Parts: sequence; C-alpha cells; structure tokens
Amino acid sequence: MINLKNILLLIITFSLLQFYALNVNARIIKVQKQSELLEALRNAKAGDKIWVYEGQYQVNNLLINKPIELIGKNLPIFDGLYKGEILTIKSDNVVVSGIQFQHVGVTSVIDWAAIKVIESRNVLIEKNKIIDCYFGIYLSASNNCTVDNNEVHGSPSNEQNTGNGIHFWKCDSLFVKNNFVEGQRDGLYFEFVTNTTVERNVSIRNIRYGLHFMFSHKNSYAYNTFDSNGAGVAVMYTKFVKMHHNIFKNNWGSAAYGILLKDITDSEIEYNIFDNNTMGALLEGCNRINIVQNEFKHNGVAMRIQANCEENTIVNNNFINNTFDIATNGNVVSNTLDSNYWDKYEGYDLDKNGIGDINYRPVSLFSTLIERMPQAMMLLRSFTATLLDKIEKVIPSFTPENLKDDRPLMLPFKIITSDYDPL
Amino acid sequence: MKKVLKYVLYDILRNRFVIAYTLLLLLISLAFFGFEVNPGKGVISLLNINLIVVPLVSIIFASTHFYNSYEFLELLASQPLSRKTIFFSQYLGVSISLLMAFLIGVGLPVLVYEGTITGFRLVLTGSILTLIFVSLAFLSAVITRDKAKGMGLALAIWFYFSVVYDGLVLSIFLNFSDYPMEKATVLFSLLNPIDLARILVLIKMDVSALMGITGAVFQSFFGSASGLAVSLTALIVWFISPVLVAFSKFNKKDL
Repeated sequence: MINLKNILLLIITFSLLQFYALNVNARIIKVQKQSELLEALRNAKAGDKIWVYEGQYQVNNLLINKPIELIGKNLPIFDGLYKGEILTIKSDNVVVSGIQFQHVGVTSVIDWAAIKVIESRNVLIEKNKIIDCYFGIYLSASNNCTVDNNEVHGSPSNEQNTGNGIHFWKCDSLFVKNNFVEGQRDGLYFEFVTNTTVERNVSIRNIRYGLHFMFSHKNSYAYNTFDSNGAGVAVMYTKFVKMHHNIFKNNWGSAAYGILLKDITDSEIEYNIFDNNTMGALLEGCNRINIVQNEFKHNGVAMRIQANCEENTIVNNNFINNTFDIATNGNVVSNTLDSNYWDKYEGYDLDKNGIGDINYRPVSLFSTLIERMPQAMMLLRSFTATLLDKIEKVIPSFTPENLKDDRPLMLPFKIITSDYDPL
Repeated sequence: MKKVLKYVLYDILRNRFVIAYTLLLLLISLAFFGFEVNPGKGVISLLNINLIVVPLVSIIFASTHFYNSYEFLELLASQPLSRKTIFFSQYLGVSISLLMAFLIGVGLPVLVYEGTITGFRLVLTGSILTLIFVSLAFLSAVITRDKAKGMGLALAIWFYFSVVYDGLVLSIFLNFSDYPMEKATVLFSLLNPIDLARILVLIKMDVSALMGITGAVFQSFFGSASGLAVSLTALIVWFISPVLVAFSKFNKKDL
C-alpha cells in the first residue's frame, strides 16, 4: 500500500525536478540564418532563449507554441514577402523582443498580422519595429500580456486594405505602453478588452481612428497622444473608463472629432488637452461622465453635447480660443456645467473671488442658427452675428435656458499636461 | 498732379484728423495685443475694428473732405488743369493718408505681435477696405451736391454693407432653407466687400470650424488658390469700379 506521505514526496520531487530541468536546461540558441531559425523554433524546449542575429529572414507563419524567448540582436528583419502572417504565438510566457517585422500581405478573410497572440497569458512583446504590415500586433483572447515600446509604421491605402496598428480582441489585464503607431487604419483598437492600462502611446496619421474601443470596460488611458488621425478618436459602448493626461489634436474634417464618445457611462475624463480639432469632444448617449480639468483650445466646436446625454458633470475646464464653446441639438439639458473658464466670458467679478458674478451661456444663438442653416456659416464673426448673440444673451429664447455656467472662472486653470509630446 | 497732390496731403495733415485716427488705431491695436495673452484673440478683436471702424472712418472722412474742399476744387477747376488731375489728386490724397494711418495704426502692431499669414491677411484686407470705402465715398459725394444728403448717403452705404446686407442674406437663408444654398453663399459673399474681407481672414483663423460639413464649400472655394485669386480680384473691382464711375460723373459734372 502506498501511503500518502510517499505520494506527496513523489510529487514534490517530481515538480522540483521539472523546475530544475526548466531552468538548467534553458539554453541560449544563437541563430544567424533562416534555416537555423526554423530549426531552433522546432527544437527549442520550454524556457529556451533564441537569440536572432542581425540579417534578413524570409519567414511566414512561424509558430511559437512553447514558453520561449525570441530575442533579436541588432534588429534582425523578418520579412513576410506579403505572403501571409509572420509570427503566431500560442503559448503562455513567451517573450518577443527587438525584431523588425515587415511586409505582411492583405487579405479580406483573415486578419494577417506581424505578431499574433492567441489564447495566451503573460506574453511580452517589446521593442519591435513593424513596417508595412496589414495588422501590426494582434492579441486575441489573451490575458496579462504586455505590449511595450513597439513601433508600427503603416503605408495606408484605403480603409479596407489597411489593418489596425495594435489590435486587441477579448483580452483582459493588459499593459500597453510606450508604443508608436502611424499610418494604419486604427492606431490602437480594443474590443471586449477589460482592466487594461494604456499609457504613453503615440498614435498619429492613421486613416481612421487614433484610438478606437468598444465594449472595453474598466480600462485606463493616460499620457497618450493622438494626432492628425483621419477621424480622431472614437470610443463606444463602454463603462468605467478613465482617460487622463491625453492629448487629442489636429483632427480636421467634417466627421473628425478630438474624441467621439458614444454610449460611454460612469467614466472620468480628466487633464486632457483637445487642441485644434474641428470638434473637440462629441458626447452622444453618455451618462455620468466627469469631465474635469481639461483644456479645449483652438477647436471649431469645443464640445458638442447631444440631448441624449444625462448627468454629466463638466467642471473646471478651460475653454480657450474655440470658435464655438458648446453646441447641442436640444432644449432640455440635464448636465452640470460649473466653474469652467470661458475666454468668451464678458462678466465681472466685483467681490474679487475669482468667480464671475453673472452666469455664462456657452451656447450662442449663432451656433444654434448654424445647426438649422449651415450656410449661415458665411456670417461667422460678422457684426450681425455678434449682434444676434448679444441679444440672445440678454433675453435667451432659442438657446437652452438651463445650459449655463453659474460660476464661470475669471482666470484659466493651470492644467497639468502630458510631459510627452513627440511632435 | 504731384504738386496738387502735395497740397491735398498737406491740407489733410493740417486738420489733424488723420493723425488722431492713426493714434486711435495704434492705441486700440496695442491695447488688444497687450490685454490678451493670446495674440490670436487680439487679431479677432482687431478684425472687428477692421470691419466696422475702418470702413466707417474711411467713408465719412473721405466724404467730409470732398465737401469741405469743394471750393478748392472750384479754384483748381478754374486753373489750366484737367479734371482727371483734380479728381485723382483728391482721391489719392485721401486714400494715401488713410492708408498710411491704417498701416501705422494696425499694420505695425500686427507685424510685431502676430506676423503670421493671418495677420498679413488682416492688414491686406483692411487696406483694401480703406480704399473701397474711400472710392464709395467719392462716388456718393460726386452724385449728390448737397452735403447733408451726401453724408447721409455715405452713412447709408456703410450701414448697408456692415449690417443690412448680412441681415438680408440671413433672411434669404431662412426663406430658402429648403434649397441648396451652398454655392449661393460664395456669390453672396463676393457681393459685399466687408463679408469678403472677413471671410478671407477667417479662412486662415477659424479653419477648424470651417472644416465641418457647414464650411466644406467655403473651405474648398476660399481656401484654394483660385478662390483666393477670385476674391482678391473681387475686392480690387470693388474699389476700382466706384472710383471710375465717380470720375466719369465728375468729368461731366457742372461744378
């Protein structure tokens, strides 16, 4: 009869042996040729490190299905020759670092990517460079992974034939930081991704959105820069988002927004800068968002709040040099506007407490007029338009009666901005 | 002509109005740029001066000057001088002095604080507006002999271009809002020099607002090089044609 003690001992010995084997047998395999690389990937055991040296490797559909580290030395080039994917990871605890991936072909059936991670945990993808690929980095159903310090440069043609720079689908607890994405369809794309931190990424000149997420709850986005994207940033159908210290700028066009918030609820948008957009922020169907200490400057319309938004608080923001501060499409507004700085405010502060003594109505009659007659844009900043606005300010009849800031600030806030601005 | 022009300029300088106007513009410009932290906002405020004060002062000053120097005109007409010399020395005298006033009063501060293309456009359109309203003033003064009537006409012209016209356009938009009016807006703006001047500056300044659907036609027309050429031509036509009509009237006029 085998007693319990023996079984336990056996298990411990066995697992220790395993552990021992893993570590001691962890080899470093050095690779300098394409054939060596394929062989190394085939023969590598769990825990091995494959060092890939500088050079051209023409590879397609590489598969990593065991926990190994694939490390590039002096940026080796993995060239997909537009034939298919380059690297697929289907194992936990994999590291891919310091490799340049290029030329992934375009298909409409499968999302070919330079690096694809499928159903894995603890994968680290760092310091890679991805050039001219359909999708850059693609994580699907993977948790606790880190995507750090990668560069993705695309050469966009049209929306159909260009993939997303960094694409996440159905993931949890990721770290996405210090990445740079340029010239893809969507720079950063998240769908069904939760508990993720997205920090210090730069996403510029993408043909659709700089950042796009849907159904991605409880994520935080901080210190990112989204610049000159085709349609700005669009985020949808998500709860509990934290966005702070981001920069949204230079998004111009009839459908471009600094940020488009559609059905976002219970979220926080703080310390962001919205600069030089056709529309700084568009809120549609958004509830209970705190928009605090942001700076809206040089936008066509700083913020557009559709009438289907409720209980949002817009407090302590700076509105500077926007053509229109706030636009809306209804008369009933159930959002709170309080203690913002409006550079168009013309009131006074007799008791010198820094708060204007009369309220400020950020929706001008002229902007309401433009809603109905777009051609009236011709009269922008004309004497007549100013006159109409003045009359409306004295006796409001067309603009929403309760959309007003009762305590407008006399001086702008000093906003703590992102320290990272690459442009 | 040079000699007559010299006398006209000397006469204008002697009554000190132009100097006061220069100082006023200078003070206003410096104040706008000094008070505003952002020079861009200073340009917006100056744009209002540009569109209201500059045309008003130009048209009133030019009309007053024309009526006040009527006796001098009669004296000159009795000399062996052509009507052309008499008329254009008056016109140039007034335009040059007002233009100098504008360039010193607004041009210099803009150059110092906001030497961008927006600032340049502001100064350019302001200068052309000065010329246009001097032309219009001469036209109205040549047409009407009576000073009170002439001044009234001048004021009416200013009022029409700065307020009434926009109101008319707005009511046209309201009444015809079911029709596509995008192309018509371009035509409407060409028909009013003040609107045209405003749009030429705004297209550089509020470009992000104009980039929306609403401004698409505007952006594509006024933002393009050919659109700019067309609008500048329109502005030049606006100042040359009244002065030519005024001259032909003056040429045949029984002083």
